Amino acid sequence: MGTIEVGWERRSAARVLPAVQPRKLAKVPFVELADGRLQGVVSSGSDIERVYVSSVVAGSHAFNCSTNNNRPCGGLRGAPCKHLHALVDEAILQYGVERVARYLRIDVSDGASSGSDLLVRLNGSHEPTPAAVVFSRFLRHLAYLEVPGSTEPLPELHWFPATGAVD
Amino acid sequence: MLATQLAGLTAPDPAVDPGIEEALDLVGGFDDAFTHGFARLGEQPRAALAALAGAVAVTPLGERVREGVEKIVAGSLADEHLTALAGGRAALLGAVHDALLARLDGVLGRSRASWAVAGPADPATPPDNVLAGCRSWLRELAIAGWRGVDHDLVAASAQTLDAVLAAPSSRRLAVLLDGLAAELRACCPVATMDRLPTRRWADLWSRALLLAQPGGWPVATATATAVSGRLLPLGADVHEHGTAIQIQVHAVLEPAGDAAPRLVRTSVSAAKVETITGPAVWRLLADHPVLLGALAKRHAVEITDLPLLPSGDLLWRDDQARPDAPADPFATARLRLPEAVAPAVPPLDRHPVRLAEPVLLEDYSTTVDDSGGITLELGGNSLPVDVSRLPTCAPLTPESVARSSACLGLLRWDAGRWRLQPLAVQYTVKRATAEAHTGDWALGPTDPKVVKAEAKAGDAVAVLRERAGRLLRR
Repeated sequence: MGTIEVGWERRSAARVLPAVQPRKLAKVPFVELADGRLQGVVSSGSDIERVYVSSVVAGSHAFNCSTNNNRPCGGLRGAPCKHLHALVDEAILQYGVERVARYLRIDVSDGASSGSDLLVRLNGSHEPTPAAVVFSRFLRHLAYLEVPGSTEPLPELHWFPATGAVD
Repeated sequence: MLATQLAGLTAPDPAVDPGIEEALDLVGGFDDAFTHGFARLGEQPRAALAALAGAVAVTPLGERVREGVEKIVAGSLADEHLTALAGGRAALLGAVHDALLARLDGVLGRSRASWAVAGPADPATPPDNVLAGCRSWLRELAIAGWRGVDHDLVAASAQTLDAVLAAPSSRRLAVLLDGLAAELRACCPVATMDRLPTRRWADLWSRALLLAQPGGWPVATATATAVSGRLLPLGADVHEHGTAIQIQVHAVLEPAGDAAPRLVRTSVSAAKVETITGPAVWRLLADHPVLLGALAKRHAVEITDLPLLPSGDLLWRDDQARPDAPADPFATARLRLPEAVAPAVPPLDRHPVRLAEPVLLEDYSTTVDDSGGITLELGGNSLPVDVSRLPTCAPLTPESVARSSACLGLLRWDAGRWRLQPLAVQYTVKRATAEAHTGDWALGPTDPKVVKAEAKAGDAVAVLRERAGRLLRR
């Protein structure tokens, strides 16, 4: 998370998370670092009706990819499939390589920058995980778009200034 | 803001500074104690909590905080004891806020209304079980301490958060908890972090615990008065975290009749997801076209019977507002701001983080240091610019600030110093004068490059809904 200024610990508005970068959502509509996993939803390249749920576990690096009705991804033959590649690539766009690597506990001190760089450093294997958990996270995510707006002041947001024009 | 005023603000003040420093040291003691949790307090954190209790001993909170510290040191971490501690800490920071604001008003010659009302409790109080759920999660945090926060503890907040998000009356608590949980989630396991934002997280924890008290907070909506007149926007302060966006517009209100102009704020907010960011956030606020239009086109607004809270917050109703004549925010700041009466700050909201006083600075020079930090120099006095607060949803850049000769901004105070958060600048580019305001893109970006990038990325909301539909169909 870059260099931290002097006195950061004593700042109320200290920046903890770097600003998330906008990215195109069509290919990978949902990516998150949560529940000890990098997980998300990846659109099928060939069938508009199909989406895949892909994940990599922090620490163990166990990975998985399956369709929305829990059928294993055909591209997953002992190594990460193209959906996992897309997931990691988009995660890097959104969060930056440093944050993704730190979360998954991948050593990038030798200078990794791309999704492929991260994936070759995984030391886990394919382990099925239920897609339903990631689905429900995605649905929860979407539920925010249904929350009505407000015109009552939210003073607590003074702790959360919009940032991002400067790294 | 004149050089002498800036000098008055930044010069040491032996009457106030030692008190502020002492109060912040006591708060710092609490913050450090939180690091390893209240369940197993060492010698130093115990002393820090006792000192906090000592500092508020002669106040109405004294007895409760003393008892709270005693019980917590003895290992009983009940809600009421944690709440007493959070209250004691908040009282100290409230006093710091008051001292800073009094000094600021003094040097600016700004007159401020005094707080006269205690609002009745909110009739639409969030359900008690929801608030109890929040307090219970906050208690778990206090037991574990920041160092003990892991994925399970963060994941445990999800259900509580869903419930609190669903209740409109607990929106303040919801956006706060969601922001805190997202930071903790990203930092998991916190034990492996080199440095911790101890002041910030303790601030968020304390405010959340206070907001989650049974019965909710007094809400001033019942004490609002209806106002009509001409609203002259000064600038837009943008607040954002992964799932929330708020635009707080600072403005001078010229009430109908002969009443003195007033400094007011009006806020519009929306829930969002973290991939909706940058200029796209304005689209989430499209229900307020008159307000956004006033920002983007820099004109005044004629308002009719809008509720004004004693806190100076105008509750926006777009259908009770219509566009008025063009109004240059710099001219408003020059001509109307000095005589505008500032509002009182509600007692429970008093915290240095809320200090955001609009000021205009002119005829200064700028210096840029090696790390990109910008400082304004005015008559031998300097004021650092908080460039980290420049948002991505606006054309305001560090370069335009560095080249500027006039800046309309908010005075902020954090970690012992004043900083200027720019809302608008006048700057020189190719020997011509240009302006950039945080609200310039309120109706959509005006920079062709940004427009193109936006079009390429597509409508995030539509894409998300379509993809979710595919998931649900099976």
